[in-house]
Amino acid sequence: MKNNILVIGGGAAGLEAAANLERLGYNIILIERDKQLGGHLAKWDRLFPDGLPAQEVLDSLLDNISNVKCFTETDIQAINILDKSFNAILSNGITVLADAVLMASGFDIFPAAKKEEYGYGIYENVITNQDLEQMFKQQQSISPIPRAIGFVHCVGSRDEKAGNPACSKVCCATAVKQACEVKELYPDADVYCFYMDLRMFGRRYEDLYLKAQKSGVRFIRGRVSEVAQTADNRLLVKAEDTLSSKPVRVNLDMLVLMAGMRPSEAGHKVGIQLNLTTEDDGFFSAKDGMLSLQKSKLPGLFYAGACTGAKTLPDTLHEARSAAMEIDRYIKENFIKK
Amino acid sequence: MIYEGKKKIWADYQKEIPEDHYFYVRSCIRQSFFPASEATFIDITKRQLGKDIFETEHHTTCGGIAYHSDTIPHETVMTIIARQFALMKKYGYENYVCSCITSFGLYCETLETWREFPELQEKIADNLWKTCQLEFAKPKYLVHASDLIFKYRMQIAAKSKYKLINKQTGLPLKVVEHIGCHYSKMFPSKGVGGAEYPYVLVGMIEAWGGQIIDYPERRHCCGFGFRQYLIKGNRSYSVSNTHKKFESMEPFKPDMIITNCPGCPYFLDRWQYVIAETQGKTYGQDGHGIPVFTYEEVAGLVMGYNPWDLGLQTHQVSVEPLLDKIGIEYDPSAKYLGKNGKVIGEPKKPNCLK
Repeated sequence: MKNNILVIGGGAAGLEAAANLERLGYNIILIERDKQLGGHLAKWDRLFPDGLPAQEVLDSLLDNISNVKCFTETDIQAINILDKSFNAILSNGITVLADAVLMASGFDIFPAAKKEEYGYGIYENVITNQDLEQMFKQQQSISPIPRAIGFVHCVGSRDEKAGNPACSKVCCATAVKQACEVKELYPDADVYCFYMDLRMFGRRYEDLYLKAQKSGVRFIRGRVSEVAQTADNRLLVKAEDTLSSKPVRVNLDMLVLMAGMRPSEAGHKVGIQLNLTTEDDGFFSAKDGMLSLQKSKLPGLFYAGACTGAKTLPDTLHEARSAAMEIDRYIKENFIKK
Repeated sequence: MIYEGKKKIWADYQKEIPEDHYFYVRSCIRQSFFPASEATFIDITKRQLGKDIFETEHHTTCGGIAYHSDTIPHETVMTIIARQFALMKKYGYENYVCSCITSFGLYCETLETWREFPELQEKIADNLWKTCQLEFAKPKYLVHASDLIFKYRMQIAAKSKYKLINKQTGLPLKVVEHIGCHYSKMFPSKGVGGAEYPYVLVGMIEAWGGQIIDYPERRHCCGFGFRQYLIKGNRSYSVSNTHKKFESMEPFKPDMIITNCPGCPYFLDRWQYVIAETQGKTYGQDGHGIPVFTYEEVAGLVMGYNPWDLGLQTHQVSVEPLLDKIGIEYDPSAKYLGKNGKVIGEPKKPNCLK
């Protein structure tokens, strides 16, 4: 009889881990609280650094889970630890008995309205990175044709006041990617990126940055202090340019806030039921941060993806594969007779 | 503008304001700049609304202007404040309402300092006893007088004779609200509506029929900024700030400005004269300025007080066009008559500002 593995979360990490576990011969039950699988990936248009369509990546992931039992629009109602197994009661009334659980609950986007000074939720033309991806995905143009657009990095990241001192890792590259896309769509528009540091750490990320500079994106090192609406419904954005030590004021037609990552609230609720520990940043803490990143301190419970901190998509997929191998080893050591 | 978005923020920043029984402390400079405003506050709250508002001649300055000018140490200011609070207790009150925004900010700062550093609180209590033989106390509730008028705004609306509506067009007056910097910028949770989109004056204007207009420099300092004005050589900074605000609000064509700080109405009012005389620029209609009011003056106007009893003749920018717009009755010949009916003196007319 195949061992049951419960995967909590149907984003990139959950899908990739489920596919790998399925190949290893396990019976996978995957639950996802949204209507569709894919998590944030399903809401994204293109991926940095090369502009690969997110849907292509998602389709590939979905192609590999043909035998995985997926429950969408489903939450964990209760989860208990039995002798060596887990008993989960799902919101659809189904009870799952699993020999291992993979937490792939991912992250939530920082609620940008909490940074009140940026005016998200107050001014129609202040949007988030996710909103812009939706616009790209739906091929929705900005009307009227924008003369100037700004991007604010680190919204809710590296911000102690917002309760998140950690870097969200993906926002810089996303902002530069989106700035390039906007510049391609509206070549006459002035495009500004307001940043603290540019963390273009990945392979070809620096190339993306150079491409943005060559296409005329203006990078201003400094924080935006205030956003207000002008009489003609544009935005007056005040910022500091720390390189020239001067305040900056620009009129923009749209401001895009690079909302960072914060721990998934839904994942946190499950974690409370299992007494899972978190670090100061609110993300789950691994058994150890170097050699056992996919293990939790609870035997049989594993982690993959952004539930243990901000990660890029390639890092998330690597972790998912790694978690599948850890789970396979755990099952073989604990459930399969030698 | 998404009004619902603002309402969400306002919901996050609601403070508890008791209905009644307050120890009231006046402002140092408001009594010179807008002397009738505090008298109007007392009259509205005590006589019109029947509230228990107590004041004593024994209270002093809070020391705020000296503190923000770096002329007295923080511990001295804290001891002065401890004395004010001790008087409140001595007279049997636990709710403290102050007229001044500088004082309000400083009281918030002092209470937070005592909370963070209990040993300092102990030292101040000791200073207070040694110097004044008064028992140390802290208010249960600290509010600014504009918080209280905000609290009573619907009661005031119920007694109103006029609304903030243009009687010719029937449209709400377009009102700029200017919040004193020390009201909630330092401690957003201490102000009604927070720091970014304070609701305290918006709530009054909405309740009294007007329409608030948002403009880019709404959060910018009025120009007082303490050392910008107190140091003579810095006064160009002061007028520059005011100029920036008026340039920013001009496209929205506001009918009036309402403020809740002692310095703001003074500087927004007087610097319009300086800008007009030096630049030839006026911001109201037909060469007039934009009239600037304290919240007590606006409350008094909607309740039908005589504009000259509200002290509106002490304003630099003439208020008559606005009074006419609302339809408020007034006697132009009584503008410069004192309470005893004698002429108090008429100022010389400016060249540019009507």
